[in-house]
Amino acid sequence: MRSLPLIFLGVFFTLALSWVGIVLVGHLQLGDLEPASAVLVNQEAEPIAGVFFRDDRTGAYRMGANQPGEPVFPIQLTGSAQRGKRIYESMGCIYCHSQQVRRQGFGSDFERGWGDRQSVPRDYIHHERVMLGTMRTGPDLSNVGLRYSELWQHQHLFNPQITSPGSIMPRYAFLYEVRPISEDRGPSPRAIQIPDAFHPGPGLEVVPTQRAVDLVAYLMNLRQDYDLPEIRRAE
Amino acid sequence: MSVPASIATAIDPRTESPEAIRVRLSEVDTSMKVPGVFFMISALFWLMAGTVFALIAAIKFHNVDFLGDSEAFTFGRVRSAHLNAMIYGWGTNVIFAVAPWIMGRLCRTRIRFTNILVIGGVFWNIGVTIGIFGILAGDKIGVEWLEMPAYATPLLAIAFACTGVWVVLLFRWRESGHVYVSQWYFLAAFFWLPWLYTIAQIMLVFEPARGVVQSLTNWWFAHNVLGLWLTPIALGAAYYLIPKVLGRPIYSYYLSVIGFWSLALFYNWAGVHHLIGGPIPAWLISAGTVASVMMVIPVIVVAINHHMTVVGLHKEGWASPTIRFVVFGAINYTAVSLLGSAMALRSVNEVTHFTHFTVGHAHHGVYSFFTMIMFGAVYYMMPRLLNREWPSAMLISLHWWATAVGVTLMVVVLSLGGWIQGLRLNAISDDGTVVYQFMEVMEYLNPYMVMRSLTGVLITIGHVAFFINFFWMLCQRPDPRTPARPTLLTNEA
Repeated sequence: MRSLPLIFLGVFFTLALSWVGIVLVGHLQLGDLEPASAVLVNQEAEPIAGVFFRDDRTGAYRMGANQPGEPVFPIQLTGSAQRGKRIYESMGCIYCHSQQVRRQGFGSDFERGWGDRQSVPRDYIHHERVMLGTMRTGPDLSNVGLRYSELWQHQHLFNPQITSPGSIMPRYAFLYEVRPISEDRGPSPRAIQIPDAFHPGPGLEVVPTQRAVDLVAYLMNLRQDYDLPEIRRAE
Repeated sequence: MSVPASIATAIDPRTESPEAIRVRLSEVDTSMKVPGVFFMISALFWLMAGTVFALIAAIKFHNVDFLGDSEAFTFGRVRSAHLNAMIYGWGTNVIFAVAPWIMGRLCRTRIRFTNILVIGGVFWNIGVTIGIFGILAGDKIGVEWLEMPAYATPLLAIAFACTGVWVVLLFRWRESGHVYVSQWYFLAAFFWLPWLYTIAQIMLVFEPARGVVQSLTNWWFAHNVLGLWLTPIALGAAYYLIPKVLGRPIYSYYLSVIGFWSLALFYNWAGVHHLIGGPIPAWLISAGTVASVMMVIPVIVVAINHHMTVVGLHKEGWASPTIRFVVFGAINYTAVSLLGSAMALRSVNEVTHFTHFTVGHAHHGVYSFFTMIMFGAVYYMMPRLLNREWPSAMLISLHWWATAVGVTLMVVVLSLGGWIQGLRLNAISDDGTVVYQFMEVMEYLNPYMVMRSLTGVLITIGHVAFFINFFWMLCQRPDPRTPARPTLLTNEA
């Protein structure tokens, strides 16, 4: 093994192999997923079970089409929620929170109420940045939008101890403005309610900045509560 | 010069007695002096910065209020700053110091155009600095191991082109007919990293792939930065240093061939095991699991080769700072890799995934294995570059004990805590409800997190000792009246 070209060919092809196998084939298999209706139909517009159906004439397996008139999922995030995703990314939420529900029987994701169906690749097709996460210092957030109110989210971000005593989540108070209540206009309609024990003081109010509003909009949109053809929720 | 009969004699230090070879090696050392010192100073500053970031992040796990109102030092950012400072700051700088030097020595050719190497180094460090500031300022990218913002990337690319190319060119200019296993590892690593990084940048940052293909690319990339960049460099360095210091040829040439090519073949498929249970096609997960388990082959082969070379010479080795660190790293390579293979099994992964066990495993790999071998390499390299010895055996000893004990305890604490965390998170009672509430599990982990910070303090003490010793060595003037003798750890207190 002395020849540079030979060593190079070897190291090139070994890495090329895994790139083709994992990334390229993964892309070929998953790269063209589109939003789908809960039930797909065959060419006679009859509902089918799952994603593929057998074409009676040719005998080939073909992918079903979306059911006309039915809503398709997942939905693209827009506006505030879209911007909030960037805040989620820049604060590094991914290092403590996953966004993936594992199947029942593998871990305790269902039992913890993190979801009632497994996450599938189609759930993520609109995510410009897929943040599945690898750590659960905090709960999974795939369906956090279904679990709490906007007020809860704001209070929790302002100081997690308000809603979750003992939590080791950092506070994101810097996303909120603590300011004196205006004497002319009175309290801001956007100010959030803070329990007395955590309130910054009399005559002050806590108003979310645009970033906090966006982040909460994003969190409220984290939900996998729709059916997809490849996976139906347990009845 | 007659051609040595076999690779064994070629790397046997005893055959290097002819003055001609010594002169040539000393030419290599001299040519590497300026870039080597530059990269080492950079690496050390990053090591200290990364340590500070690590301590901040660790303390936050048991004291939420610590720097709690600082946006730049919020946990999610400081953790990324730690990882990037360590991998791209410390790890890559120390590689840029050690790898060309060992490559030059094995190729028996001095490093030419070192200015370009230094310029590349300057760009690299500016790039990493911009990247880390970008992370702290909130421009971080939500891809693990690739957090540095896109505007730092072009600098890093130019820098790598300037530095990495020398390792390949050195091989082209080699004056020794024999090619030793370390040279393959270095060549491969310096080819793999730019490829990995380019693909990851294209598919994740500039033209992000759709959906979970991003996650696949992410873990193909991230696991391979460890597996195809840090690992081959550390293995190559160990392959060079163990026989060199102990004066005994490597145990088996053929095993080193098998070890190298099986690593090249299997390691790069393994990354998918970070996605077990996730929304990824099952066949891909299985492929990743199979590859992770197949990694047992290169690991056992390298273990036999390294440990059989050392066996019987433990007493001599213990006196050498280099061998102490390198053998510690080699032992941990065996341990961490076998553990890693086990962790890729679905049943084990169900417990360890999403817990501190994985964090412990990452430190076991990057620190106990890679970083410790690099420390050993630096202890061997610096006296030869500078022509002077390490000023304090006591500081080396302190560095050794603090880091070896510190990181071992850290891995034990995180593994134990993480394992119990995983078991408790998964525990379901017969009526289908969870046994432990999420918050209960986290509260249970609190003492482990305090212990983790304490082990971090221990490691920090070691780093400070290393830092002081290094700059002391850099600043001292060698006394020509006392002949330089290698600093050994024979009479340590």
